[in-house]
Amino acid sequence: MTKAITLSGLRKTFGRTAALDGLDLTVETGEVHGFLGPNGAGKSTAIRVLLGLLRADGGSARLLGKDPWHDAVELHRRLAYVPGDVELWPNLTGGEAIDLLSRLRGRLDRRRRDELIERFDLDPTKKGRSYSKGNRQKVAIVAALASDAELLLLDEPTSGLDPLMEVVFQDVVRQARGQGRTVLLSSHLLDEVEKLGDRVSIIRHGRVVQTGSLGELRHLTRTTVEAETHRPVTGLETLEGVHGVRTEGARVRFAVDGAHLDAAVRRLGEAGLRSLVSHPPTLEELMLRHYGDELAANGHPVDGEAAR
Amino acid sequence: MTATTTATGTPTAAPGRPRRSSATLAGTAALLRFDLRRDRVRIPAWVLGLGLLTLASANSVHAVYPTAADRASIAHASAGPAVLAMTGPGHYLADYTWGAMLGHRLLGLLAVLAGLMSVLIVSRHTRAEEESGRAELVRSAAVGRHAQLAAALATAAVADLALGLLLAAGLPGLGVPGLDTGGALLFGAATAAAGLLFAAVAAVAVQVTEHARTASGLALAVLGAAYALRAAGDAGANGLAWASPIGWLQRTYPFLDDRWWPLLPALALAAATGAAGFALSTRRDVGAGLRATRPGPPTARPFLGTPLGLALRLHRGLLGGFAVALLLLGAMYGSLLGNADSMLKDVDQLKEALARLGGRTLADSFAAMTLLVVAVVGAVYAVLAMLRPRAEETAGRAEPVLATGVSRSGWLGGHLVAALLGSTAVLLAAGVGFGLAGALSTGDGGAFPRLVGAALAFAPAQWVTVGFAAAVYGWLPRATPLAWLVPAYAFVIGYLGPLLKLPSGLERLSPFGQVPRLPAAAMDWTPLAALTLVAAALIALALAGFRRRDLDLR
Ligand SMILES: Nc1ncnc2c1ncn2[C@@H]1O[C@H](COP(=O)(O)OP(=O)(O)OP(=O)(O)O)[C@@H](O)[C@H]1O
Ligand SMILES: [Mg+2]
Repeated sequence: MTKAITLSGLRKTFGRTAALDGLDLTVETGEVHGFLGPNGAGKSTAIRVLLGLLRADGGSARLLGKDPWHDAVELHRRLAYVPGDVELWPNLTGGEAIDLLSRLRGRLDRRRRDELIERFDLDPTKKGRSYSKGNRQKVAIVAALASDAELLLLDEPTSGLDPLMEVVFQDVVRQARGQGRTVLLSSHLLDEVEKLGDRVSIIRHGRVVQTGSLGELRHLTRTTVEAETHRPVTGLETLEGVHGVRTEGARVRFAVDGAHLDAAVRRLGEAGLRSLVSHPPTLEELMLRHYGDELAANGHPVDGEAAR
Repeated sequence: MTATTTATGTPTAAPGRPRRSSATLAGTAALLRFDLRRDRVRIPAWVLGLGLLTLASANSVHAVYPTAADRASIAHASAGPAVLAMTGPGHYLADYTWGAMLGHRLLGLLAVLAGLMSVLIVSRHTRAEEESGRAELVRSAAVGRHAQLAAALATAAVADLALGLLLAAGLPGLGVPGLDTGGALLFGAATAAAGLLFAAVAAVAVQVTEHARTASGLALAVLGAAYALRAAGDAGANGLAWASPIGWLQRTYPFLDDRWWPLLPALALAAATGAAGFALSTRRDVGAGLRATRPGPPTARPFLGTPLGLALRLHRGLLGGFAVALLLLGAMYGSLLGNADSMLKDVDQLKEALARLGGRTLADSFAAMTLLVVAVVGAVYAVLAMLRPRAEETAGRAEPVLATGVSRSGWLGGHLVAALLGSTAVLLAAGVGFGLAGALSTGDGGAFPRLVGAALAFAPAQWVTVGFAAAVYGWLPRATPLAWLVPAYAFVIGYLGPLLKLPSGLERLSPFGQVPRLPAAAMDWTPLAALTLVAAALIALALAGFRRRDLDLR
């Protein structure tokens, strides 16, 4: 497979803030790549460097085999972008904004545009200012997905969408992937990326701290388990890979490393399971594995409890 | 001074009242401090700039016209409608002391500039904040419904009063005979009153429209109308000037008659206008204008899908407003042309002076002088148009467009073409208004093409203004408002240059000073070609800078 995006050692500073501090990222052609990180990690900055809107201070960036700064216009015809903060023109309707952005990119596929407007339940006759946040977001999503771009750069595209619309969005992205398009999807939410993504990169302080398929990452991380049993569970603490056990009567809650989940659940079964809820590791938990010490040093709770 | 209460136009200063009644003003003091902090460079720059300009002018009239004979001769030369239209009421000429010169020549100018300063301050702290969405955040805190507007008005009042005080304290300190304390106090108060009045006008304008720039434009149009009315009144020596608050303030005759009472109607009007602003603000939602937005077309016409189409669409509202305003302004001046010849026909000295200027008739020199004013007002449009791309960029609306197949040059180029066309179109509108009214009032049909041509001769100067604004934007985006220097300088130099006998080089520094003074002077293509080249170079510079820099993203 060829690479759709290759960033290596990318650096970008704003005054004294290093927004990107040696970022390495590879996105294969045809994959949906999740780009995860907390606020201020540098996700938007990286995407804007890829768009040639910002100029990197160091490192190298290749997008579809070209230079994002010098070949910006040529590349922009082949990609579509949904910004994190969608601002519309107050005196243009949503429909006009969609057409405008599509035409400026190249071709407007009216059939596909109308279909998407329908699916996202968007009123294209409203003026920019009168859209709610979620609806502004939809305008940008429709404009991006109505194109036949081979690469989609989506910066927190679902922020502001309601759960129903999130489902529609996931569906549309899956469809895009089915057509062989490449998607870079930035997000705070692991479960969103999980539903769509092939691989994930986690970024923090302008650097990628973890890259891999979700299966691989999950294996490295802890699942939170909450269970209710007939008899009190004993000896959980002694099991390898189990952390932070808390018992309240018949209820027990603990975190367990991916590799040891099986043994822990067996032990619960011995005590007679009444109910069982397990949470996949959240982004925070993935992050905490890497930065727990740092957070603890700052006086934050670090245990599995910190999540959710 | 009573002005403090008027400034906010509401029952702000009522210390004895229970807290509840001022709930809508909760947080005003904190916001005022915040606004003043944000303006800690701007306000001192404006106040010192205007104050020093006035003090320097007072000093130089003293030096340039030392004897009574000198003053009598300038008074004599100022009696024509052209000079009166630019300056103020003819009554000042009766005893043209240094103080009277100041009142006559500078009070109108200061009223306009203090008005401009106040309008920009108010719109920056109200509508611009709403437009950016920051106002919502502020309003959600323990801040009353009226606090933002009250704080913005108070900020403008601080600036206006500081300017008034600087003038009142500075003028008597110069040691120029006749610039006494009482007159200086009145002079400062009249200037401050003009600022307060237009701050109040801005308080209404920002309620009406959703866009800060349009709101500023609206308030400045009122300012322009007030100036134009007094100009028509003073030039025609009819009662029209009494329809303009600037006319009232000029009739305080500081250092001459020291009349205080015209301040009263001005301050009362300011208070009433400010109160109307507060009342209107309760009739709308945060971020919204007075009219609810209506649905529009679900699809875009093909032309919109081009950078130029988008730019023209974004510019067209303001452009339409300016074109109409300049058409009317031109028509107003044009309608005075017929009188210009008949008035003061027998003042030989004046005729001689005009002959030296090369003007064939009084009407021609009047037209040349007023067209310069009109063109400088047109430059205000040129600057506003080139502030557009900056607003698009900081609002985050440039980002999605520049992520499509539009190049940086294409995007900025669209705005540049729209601004170049628009700034030419406003001149054309002014020329048509001037020409039609001029032809009618003089009964000379040939005046129409001559006057339209004379107005269009300023087009290259407009293009330089656009180019300058674009170059600043391309290289130093945060400094884009420096583009205001071009019309401000042209205005000040056009106003004061002849009075202070400033070296002509200073006037030539402004692109508008380079343009041949048609129809009084002969046509000269060389400076126009040179200006066009300068504009082209500035635009090339702008594009080079914009292609090179980071986008200022939020
Ligand atoms: N124009 C700018 N000027 C100064 N600092 C900036 C600018 N843009 C970004 N930064 C800084 O760079 C860092 C990375 O910001 P970025 O917007 O890329 O984060 P992000 O991962 O997209 O965060 P979020 O999840 O909140 O969207 C932050 O510390 C931010 O403050
Ligand atoms: Mg972001």
